[in-house]
Amino acid sequence: MAKVQSLAELKKLRERIKSNIDLREKGNNIEEMILIKVAMATCGIAAGAKTIMNSFIDELKKEKIENVVVTQTGCMGYCHSEPTVEITLPGKEGIIFGNVDEKKVKELIERYIKSGELVDGIIPNNYKTIE
Amino acid sequence: MAGYKMHVLICGGTGCVASASDTLLSNFKKVLQEKGLENDIQVVKTGCFGFCEKGPVVKIVPDNTFYVQVKPEHATEIVEEHIIKGRKVEHLLYIDPETKERISDSKHMDFYKKQMKIATRNCGFINPENIEEYISRDGYDALGKALSEMTPEAVIEEMKTSGMRGRGGGGFPTGLKWQIARSYASDVKYVVCNADEGDPGAFMDRSILEGDPHSVLEAMAICGYAIGAENGLIYIRAEYPLAIHRLKIAIEQARELGFLGKNIFGTNFSFDIELKYGAGAFVCGEETALIHSMEGERGEPTTKPPFPAESGFWGKPTNVNNVETLASIPVILLKGGAWYSSIGTEKSKGTKVFALAGKVNNVGLIEVPMGTSLREIIFNIGGGIKDGKKFKAVQTGGPSGGCLSEKDLDTPIDYDTLIERGSMMGSGGMIVMDEDDCMVSIAKFYLEFTVDESCGKCTPCRIGTKRLQEMLEKITTGKGTMKDLEKMKYLCNVIKDTSLCGLGQSAPNPILSTLENFWDEYVAHVTEQRCPAGQCSALLRYFILPDKCIGCTACARVCPVTCISGKVKEVHLINQDTCIKCGACYSKCRFNAIIRK
Ligand SMILES: Cc1cc2nc3c(=O)[nH]c(=O)nc-3n(C[C@H](O)[C@H](O)[C@H](O)COP(=O)(O)O)c2cc1C
Ligand code: SF4
Ligand code: SF4
Repeated sequence: MAKVQSLAELKKLRERIKSNIDLREKGNNIEEMILIKVAMATCGIAAGAKTIMNSFIDELKKEKIENVVVTQTGCMGYCHSEPTVEITLPGKEGIIFGNVDEKKVKELIERYIKSGELVDGIIPNNYKTIE
Repeated sequence: MAGYKMHVLICGGTGCVASASDTLLSNFKKVLQEKGLENDIQVVKTGCFGFCEKGPVVKIVPDNTFYVQVKPEHATEIVEEHIIKGRKVEHLLYIDPETKERISDSKHMDFYKKQMKIATRNCGFINPENIEEYISRDGYDALGKALSEMTPEAVIEEMKTSGMRGRGGGGFPTGLKWQIARSYASDVKYVVCNADEGDPGAFMDRSILEGDPHSVLEAMAICGYAIGAENGLIYIRAEYPLAIHRLKIAIEQARELGFLGKNIFGTNFSFDIELKYGAGAFVCGEETALIHSMEGERGEPTTKPPFPAESGFWGKPTNVNNVETLASIPVILLKGGAWYSSIGTEKSKGTKVFALAGKVNNVGLIEVPMGTSLREIIFNIGGGIKDGKKFKAVQTGGPSGGCLSEKDLDTPIDYDTLIERGSMMGSGGMIVMDEDDCMVSIAKFYLEFTVDESCGKCTPCRIGTKRLQEMLEKITTGKGTMKDLEKMKYLCNVIKDTSLCGLGQSAPNPILSTLENFWDEYVAHVTEQRCPAGQCSALLRYFILPDKCIGCTACARVCPVTCISGKVKEVHLINQDTCIKCGACYSKCRFNAIIRK
């Protein structure tokens, strides 16, 4: 690696590598974060959960929404509606959306995450994670 | 873009590595690979989480789940349950000793709630072997800021504003020390990091070096800029192989990126760091002894003045600072001296790291604002006394410090209040004692340590501590007299007044403070030949309770001096004259028929 020649260069370098520990920084303030959990058990992955997860990450980056943590979780028990995604806005109950495709990702970000508006595809929550 | 979706942080401190965190790490990697998750889940070996009592510790991010006492074979379970299925592994969660509830999130553990991490900010958070993670946490910004935006005088001024006092034990104001070192003109000057850490039970400095070595390197370079030095030396004991290993990696990486070496940050300031190994003598932590040891001389203190700031390593102006002092400095420069001085008490600013040990539920490394009370540390953070026993005393300051009792629990602790109460901050060892600890034996333990560690240069320290130890030996074997107690007190004060270095000057503290706070206990040993805590084996007596003894003969068979008499199925009897108080019968009896008092 090249030597850092100025404070500005150091800041630039930091911008480039910061994302490595981003998740840990956010974990420190998890209650202020928007939490997006993508169900990634066998059924979810088969239904394309990985792609959905990545499109969330890409879209959020495009929209410059930073206070959000995208992570994976296990099977939520809605295999009929995979891929499923649970979104928790700070201070609110998590809401689960089913049959999420790439179009839905955009809609969820635009309407639910940005303005808290509910969109179609909500799965009634009859399952609690132990937390 | 993919990127990691979860991080598994595994403690890689010496304590946890000893309890197999390395195998755990490789097991995690293996299992994740098997499940095809190696690109989604990042496994990171970090420095000490502080929660050594329950190691190895694993933290899952971002949900902050905190698993304790994780064995290598648990890796599969955590991956399958937590990571794949999203269910917490209940049986590995931490149990609150008070409420008996399982707590899943490190933020809700009292152990972490009451702490404030400055010097240990990165320990347990970053991978200490990766400079990028340090940089991501504003690493080397303070050095860059100092070099490109501040004059050396301004750096010193900021340190003075912060009110930072040396964490090596003396508590000397750091800013002032730097100013004095700057004031001596010389072609060559040295910045020395004191990483000798010789107090029994202390591991603060080791944990910082293992968990965040760059913070120390950065601070040394800042100090070099402030005082006008281009050479840095870290004096570290050879018994700290992991810390040495990580320091070497860190120095190499810092050189590669140009944070050490010539023309740092494109300026004309150059600075580099070298390691010097100590053989692990307590006295070598004293700064003049340390310097002699680095020069290849015997590690013996010499009189001050001249202070190292005037004439230190090879006779050149030398600034010696402790590891923890240094680790806090980058934060002080970035957030400002005024911010730092807003934390703490009137005369002791900022935070202090303590190694909490002994009879508390949560043994480990903690960092709290100065002025936190012992009660908060022991009962909130420490989770109270083990096994529901009663608190008796807390030893602070190691062999230079003393024992405080119940009545001091609510004292806000800082440099001055501790001295007022007859103890010391020292480097931050804190050993908690319960009703089963004999304070005379504790004093004896520390005196044995100083007898071994005295360099022998001064008569009062070399011979005086030996005499003190002998008197304590007499008392704990029931042969002491009230006259001995008086003589001991007198000798303590002589040693304090006539020793050359801090070792001798403070060696009597463990005795003086226990005499002061636990006088009755000394008197019981002397006048009644009784050890109230039941620890001094020579003073114990073993008895067989006739109503409990069923005559199984187990005790008689185990007694090495055959002083237990009695027939099968008849009550047995111990002959007090020949009993050597070995306790073998006591542990052997399955009917609780043998008592000691
Ligand atoms: C017997 C003795 C042992 C010491 N051991 C240490 C030590 O292990 N680590 C340390 O930093 N300072 C130790 N000191 C204090 C050092 O002499 C010195 O004051 C300190 O390193 C200065 O750094 P600071 O101003 O940052 O505290 C010891 C002092 C004495 C008298
Ligand atoms: S006080 Fe003790 S340790 Fe210190 S110089 Fe004298 S003999 Fe050595
Ligand atoms: S304490 Fe030891 S010596 Fe005494 S009676 Fe018991 S076994 Fe025998």
